[in-house]
Amino acid sequence: MQDPAVDIRLEVRSTIDIVTARQQSRELAMELGFSGTETTLIAAAISEIARNILDHAKRGEIIFTVVHRGGLKGLQIIADDQGPGIPDIQRAMQYGYSTRRGLGVGLPGANWLMDEFEIESTVGKGTKITMRKWLKNGIRRHNPAG
Amino acid sequence: MQVPILKQGSCLIASIQSVLSDADMLQLRDNLADMVGRHRARGVIIDVTVLDVIDSFATRTLRQMAHMLNLRGADTVIVGIQPEVAFAMVQLGLTLEGVGTALDLEEGLAFLEEKTKLHARPGR
Repeated sequence: MQDPAVDIRLEVRSTIDIVTARQQSRELAMELGFSGTETTLIAAAISEIARNILDHAKRGEIIFTVVHRGGLKGLQIIADDQGPGIPDIQRAMQYGYSTRRGLGVGLPGANWLMDEFEIESTVGKGTKITMRKWLKNGIRRHNPAG
Repeated sequence: MQVPILKQGSCLIASIQSVLSDADMLQLRDNLADMVGRHRARGVIIDVTVLDVIDSFATRTLRQMAHMLNLRGADTVIVGIQPEVAFAMVQLGLTLEGVGTALDLEEGLAFLEEKTKLHARPGR
């Protein structure tokens, strides 16, 4: 199977885009060979970070990329916005902590759903969240049993 | 996308047909609160079988719906949460505390029947 060569970029500016982003992630994850459950976990994580963009920055962008590391293949999702930024990332990653109307589960939740999760944020400049999920059968191919 | 709401005896059945946007979800909440009054419904079933993800917003809205409908005198039961969706909800730490849930429509109707019977039981 040919990997999508270019990044897929989606603008997030209204709540409808959350649904679109979720569908996009689902298609891509299925195509890459993620299981139904993993695909749902990825879609749920996308839902939360897209919502985070809308709630805090009003608009931003989600970029999907197929990534390789060693023998592993995975899906990388970047959520990028030019919003107010997060003054205290540690606190924002605390479960149940919310500055706005959310439940405060968005960012920590997305972190739990994915394999890797990084946040860079500068107050007044914006926030960039990078998260990845790796194909588990890729591990097996990389380290064949026996 | 409007969610069709059917009346079955003293119950309302909201059967979600496609993935919902936030606005659709809020519309459903308002429609149900209104229809419970108009039809004097005692129970409401919300069928979420087709939802591919129930995220923090959907969870909060479903909880709000159930509480609102309860204040309007109707019991709510959510049916059809798919196994992967349930798994993702658990991973996200999302709960539907205080909201009835059942496997499918049939179980949902049985659940409401049981509840209504309890309410109707005479004596104290």
